Amino acid sequence: MNVFDFIYKNAGECWLLTLEHIWIVSLALFLAILIGVPIGIAITRSEQAARRVINTANVLMTVPSIALFGILLPILSLINQGLGKVPAVIALVLYSQLPIIRNTYTAIKNVPPEIVDAGRGLGMSGWKRLKEIEIPLAVPVIIAGLRTAAVMNIGIAAIAAYIGAGGLGVLIQQGIARVYGEMIVAGAILVSLLAIFVDAGMALLERLLTPKGIKVGRELGR
Amino acid sequence: MKKAFGKAYRFVLVVILIIAGIALERFGVIQYLSDPYELHYLLDLLAQHVWMVFVSMLMATALGLSVGIIFSRPRYKKYSGIVMYIVGLGQTIPSLAVIALAMSFLGIGFKPAIFALFVYSVLPIARNTLAGITAVPGWIIDAAKGMGMPNARILFQIELPNAMKVIITGFRISLVINIGTAALAFLIGAGGLGELIFVGIDLMRPDQLLAGAIPVTLLALFADYLVELLGLVIVPRGLRIQEEIGK
Repeated sequence: MNVFDFIYKNAGECWLLTLEHIWIVSLALFLAILIGVPIGIAITRSEQAARRVINTANVLMTVPSIALFGILLPILSLINQGLGKVPAVIALVLYSQLPIIRNTYTAIKNVPPEIVDAGRGLGMSGWKRLKEIEIPLAVPVIIAGLRTAAVMNIGIAAIAAYIGAGGLGVLIQQGIARVYGEMIVAGAILVSLLAIFVDAGMALLERLLTPKGIKVGRELGR
Repeated sequence: MKKAFGKAYRFVLVVILIIAGIALERFGVIQYLSDPYELHYLLDLLAQHVWMVFVSMLMATALGLSVGIIFSRPRYKKYSGIVMYIVGLGQTIPSLAVIALAMSFLGIGFKPAIFALFVYSVLPIARNTLAGITAVPGWIIDAAKGMGMPNARILFQIELPNAMKVIITGFRISLVINIGTAALAFLIGAGGLGELIFVGIDLMRPDQLLAGAIPVTLLALFADYLVELLGLVIVPRGLRIQEEIGK
């Protein structure tokens, strides 16, 4: 079995599939941030709402991915979008909600109240406190949530090849269908590498986006 | 305000249930399930699915617990960082990739599927066991030592019960992932409820597809709930009281 030979000979195809994979995942992640972060911030106002929203997101997360594709398929068929990228992106957005909402919520809740009080003392309005104090302090934790969501989404997007969404899952799907060992392993390796790289990249981003103040505080804490 | 929100929530739940019922009827799932032959087939696949999950989880729990316990012993503790790193790396690998790799090295059928599920389920259990035991406060262990407990008793009466909550969480994550991944096992010829879903997608038959997708979902939700109940029984009462006071 010569997997690297396969990847080398089909480099163009592999590259296109990788780009397609990244495109699906990043589109889903972008939409998930637009939905999840505001929800996460909104539910910090009411504990009951927070519990309900997080529980609902938790239940969504428990649904196996292929089953969710299956449930979405007949529903989206009503508007002629049962197969392809649309159900894949919707499923990915739904799965990303739990890590994003939970992390945003915890992060905003954990901003030390004395800092918020200091902001109030400076005469900042509610929005300004949120924009200039709470969100910057919460960013590293929110990014950690995004990291979990991104890695998970790469795995689920691979399964989405079976509903015709494209991406690196196609190599695995076609490989299994043709009993073509090199193709299967190439797909599996590429998708795993993608997940590992994205995980590492997001970890780096997390560190870069941590406000300087927090880093200094942590070092002093030690 | 709070009351209004709670009522709205309940209202939405009821509406969703009604819509789901109508949808099931319209997509022909009810008719599909009332065919005794199809129902029998579904139950067979369900049994296959549960058996696959049961066998792989049994093995994964045994290995995961022992790995977690071994690498939390003082003698091997220095390797625990490396183990955690490997486990973290393993968890980023997509489930479909694990299934596909198992197939290309072990062939098709029940055994490769069990192997893939087993490997994939060990990780969360091992990680949480290790993290749970490591997080047991040192002073509790010191107290146990002061009372003259031998190491084995410290492990079984102090460390494991105190870590139980974290271990159960790991078990739950692992079980839910396992049930979802077992649905992919059809692709390498191991059957299970994934068969209805994938064949349903290929034939564009919503009734068959939903007849597979809904039981898998219910199975995952039910397993999740069951483990949560199990947690209430297994986690020592003292810890639970502590938690309630903490609230």
